[in-house]
Amino acid sequence: MKNPQDLKYAKTDEWVKVEGNTATIGVSDYAQSQLSDIVYLEFLVEPDDEIKKGASIVTLESVKAAADVSSPVSGRVVALNDSLSDEFESINTDPFGKAWMVKVELSDPSEMDGLMSADEYSAFCDDREH
Amino acid sequence: MFIPHSDSDKSEMLEKIGLKSIKDLFKDVPEKYRYPDLNLPEAISEMEALQNLKDLADVNFSTDDMLCFMGAGAYNHYIPAAVDSIITRGEFLTAYTPYQPEVSQGTLQAIFEYQSLIAALTGMEVSNASHYDGATAAAEACVLAYHNFRGKRNKFVLSKGLHPQYRETIQTYFQGYENLKIVGFDNPSQMPNDDDLLNLVDLDTAIVYVQYPDFFGRIRDFTKFVEQVHEKGALVAVSVNPMALGMLKPPGEFGVDIVTGEGQPLGIPLSFGGPYLGLFATKKEFVRKLAGRLVGETVDKEGRKGYVLTLTAREQHIRREKATSNICTNQGLIALAATVYLSLLGKHGLEQVARLNFDKAHYAATQFNQLNDFEVVSNSPFFNEFVLKCPLPVEEINALLLDYDILGGYDLSKDYPELENCMLVAVTEAVSKDDIDYFVSSLQEVCHG
Amino acid sequence: MVEATIFEISSPGRIGVKYPESDVPSFELPAELERRHLPLPEVAELDVVRHFTRLSKLNYSIDSGFYPLGSCTMKYNPRINEVTARLSGFAKTHPLQPVDTVQGNLALMYELQEWLAEISGFSAITLQPAAGAQGEYTGVLIIRAYHKDRGDTKRTKMIIPDSAHGTNPASSSMSGFDVVHCATNEHGNIDLDSLRAVCDDTTAGLMLTNPNTLGLFEQGISEVIEIVHQAGGLVYGDGANLNALLGITRPGDLGIDIMHFNLHKTFSTPHGGGGPGSGPVGVASHLVDFLPCPVVGILEPASGDFPPFYGFVEPAKSIGRMKAFYGHFGMVIRAYTYISMYGKHGLREIAEGAVLNANYLMALVNKHYKVAYPRICMHEFVVEGHWPNAPEVIALDVSKRLMDYNFHPPTNYFPLIVPEALMIEPTETENKETLELFADALIKISDEAVNNPQLLKDAPHNTPIGRLDEVKAAKDLVLCCWIPEKEN
Repeated sequence: MKNPQDLKYAKTDEWVKVEGNTATIGVSDYAQSQLSDIVYLEFLVEPDDEIKKGASIVTLESVKAAADVSSPVSGRVVALNDSLSDEFESINTDPFGKAWMVKVELSDPSEMDGLMSADEYSAFCDDREH
Repeated sequence: MFIPHSDSDKSEMLEKIGLKSIKDLFKDVPEKYRYPDLNLPEAISEMEALQNLKDLADVNFSTDDMLCFMGAGAYNHYIPAAVDSIITRGEFLTAYTPYQPEVSQGTLQAIFEYQSLIAALTGMEVSNASHYDGATAAAEACVLAYHNFRGKRNKFVLSKGLHPQYRETIQTYFQGYENLKIVGFDNPSQMPNDDDLLNLVDLDTAIVYVQYPDFFGRIRDFTKFVEQVHEKGALVAVSVNPMALGMLKPPGEFGVDIVTGEGQPLGIPLSFGGPYLGLFATKKEFVRKLAGRLVGETVDKEGRKGYVLTLTAREQHIRREKATSNICTNQGLIALAATVYLSLLGKHGLEQVARLNFDKAHYAATQFNQLNDFEVVSNSPFFNEFVLKCPLPVEEINALLLDYDILGGYDLSKDYPELENCMLVAVTEAVSKDDIDYFVSSLQEVCHG
Repeated sequence: MVEATIFEISSPGRIGVKYPESDVPSFELPAELERRHLPLPEVAELDVVRHFTRLSKLNYSIDSGFYPLGSCTMKYNPRINEVTARLSGFAKTHPLQPVDTVQGNLALMYELQEWLAEISGFSAITLQPAAGAQGEYTGVLIIRAYHKDRGDTKRTKMIIPDSAHGTNPASSSMSGFDVVHCATNEHGNIDLDSLRAVCDDTTAGLMLTNPNTLGLFEQGISEVIEIVHQAGGLVYGDGANLNALLGITRPGDLGIDIMHFNLHKTFSTPHGGGGPGSGPVGVASHLVDFLPCPVVGILEPASGDFPPFYGFVEPAKSIGRMKAFYGHFGMVIRAYTYISMYGKHGLREIAEGAVLNANYLMALVNKHYKVAYPRICMHEFVVEGHWPNAPEVIALDVSKRLMDYNFHPPTNYFPLIVPEALMIEPTETENKETLELFADALIKISDEAVNNPQLLKDAPHNTPIGRLDEVKAAKDLVLCCWIPEKEN
């Protein structure tokens, strides 16, 4: 799966999409493929929580691994994708679309500058494959 | 004996490795600390070892030598012969944690059946594969509750009727949590009703822990109690005696969140306190926060039903420092013993043996109540244990009872100074009416000379 | 073969065990406390015995074959242990009996405390912890209590090498420490620079497994311990791998402050399909006061013909109790039996046999499997279960294929720092021929991996059941075959 050009990427394999002052966060296709079939998801934050960049927002479990998804940005949580709690399959099938996880109102938009572009991130993934 | 190598084996093996002597294998060990002279006895043969151990065992007085009225968390029950015969099978005894399900279906299915039996007995939706004992299961229940609220609720409310050693274990486990308050157990009144705990429950409370039957033997309906705790959003856990559930309303019907307990009554020998069996059952909503192993049903490629360890991603070997518990294993063979015991007794046997315990304990209590100077003070329905107020300190009485070949009940003043001269008497199916009469008359005799 | 569950073979009215008729009057239970429905199986004794006998036959076990599960020390479990632990004088004693009625138990426990202290070079032992993981938690709590007692409250960090058992970081964080990692160098030792870099006045301690999980003796052990001690930290030894060191060296002499034992690994108590374990903890002299309570002590020394009088004592600054009563006494009896049969000279033969077997097996397979750190190993070694010319084959496939050759697979995917790890621990109780047969199977599999990889992918072929769908198990979560009915 290609990494969409309109997203920004963190070294910890999250993607961020900014619309206005709102950032939508999910995990990349590379991340889901490393984890394999997701069997469980738990949100670690609630709407209105103030979170700092790097805070754990979601726990994912596959049969073989568990991983915390951390927020690449700081801000206030405005929405959770509640449908994921039942349909976590979409993390494997549609990581960049249906499987968005958390929306955050950015408190420091300049944090976006530290993230990678799609091309940079693709190269970063390739590096780790070898 | 147990190491098969002959001298020629050793030299052939060393040659293949490319070394001259066994000592060459240990060159990485700092030289000055190599080959300590151990101050231990010389080796003995199996025959001598058995004699040596028999001599030590013979120094003890066992429940074969004495009538046992001691309980307080460990009970003298009859164990059907088939239990030991199954658990000593090498295929169960010498296997390990079923990491490779294709060659471990025996252990896995047995655990699955154990989980099913414990869920059925407690009336809960899910049981894990067991913890170490009743005390550590209680501590793990508190761990679950603490993490359920992500550390945001910092109070545990423990009943005075929770086994004092379970409470102490919880305190040990949580000594690193500086903000945590553990309250409730130090109520100054002698044997308070657990409803007093409700005053302590607030929005900072993570868990309320009660016991059923409680440490003093008492039983009650917790349905309303649970509702009231739930109004504050806290979890309710109850520690149970599983044998009592053969006749008592299961805690699942009270609406509790977690049931733990000591599984020893289910076919496990007294064995001076261990190994025993920590029961742990809960609602399905907490299954991912549950420490310990879980076995789940699934299928292989050809659709054949089989069992695997499941939800392993939450365990320590994957989560490492983010795991909420460091538990690796379950009580394996002991859980198997309980599984065989519950299968053998089944619906009718467990009900019958629970009933025998109940009736015999009540018969004993009735006999004591007819005497002057003795009084049953656990003034409430009970299962197979009750509190008897005696005219003398219990420690003194118990020393004298040994001459009558009787192991008297537990001295409650050890844990509760305010319960002076109070003996916790346990009566099981292992004693007859005559034994009880003899106990009653002996107790009367030692107290009055 | 699929064996029906005990619930499925139940039939109303059957009973496996009958008790005597009651010889006392019947008493009444308040109606609101009465159980209305007890959904347990109804099965006759023979049905139960057959059911569990059939189940047992679906298991692989040490008794049936070679079980080289790394880090688990699957050695032979002597049968005499099962006899001694069941002597009624032990098995039928209540934990709360007056101490003068259990002097045999207490003498045995006291002696085992002394023996374990002598074997490991520590000052005192607690037998209380129920398993290795609990022993570890005990140790970490003792480290915490030690610093706190000295008023040294800023020590919040526990250093853990990247090769450590997963329990180490879990135990540390459970007791409130922050975990700091340190790296392993190219020889499989702790990287001393990495260790120095993380050691400072916030260091509570280091959790060290030696031999480490690569099966290697820590070549810089003395420096490692010194670095931590100089920073004011304590060194915890994970005793899981003590089998390699019995009679060879004593962890206490090396400078380790505290260590747990696994009686079910080193001292032959059976693994029982996952437990019960037993995890005594030994401490150096400066930590004796912090041991969990109670420990067994001598209340009155021996005099004349009278043996000492034993009882329970509470260490002055005890961390408290780790469980109810005194530990897994049944396992303590077994370990005592085992040690008494090896004695002062024999224990060394255990370590020598275990290390010889591991090195021999490594020598037999090292041309076919990449050994992660090729040097003399201790009781176990780690190889990689993949080959450049068999790209689709992974360690799991090798493990599954080994079952077709009637062997239990090694530990796979651990330690995490070795890709496609297969961790092999033969133990001292296996003979040379068994090791050779196992090596032959491994070598054949390395050929199959290249020439017929699908054979490995589809393995196992000869087991009662094939590879199971773990994703389905985790998603559907069928955890019991009984579903609660809403009563009333």
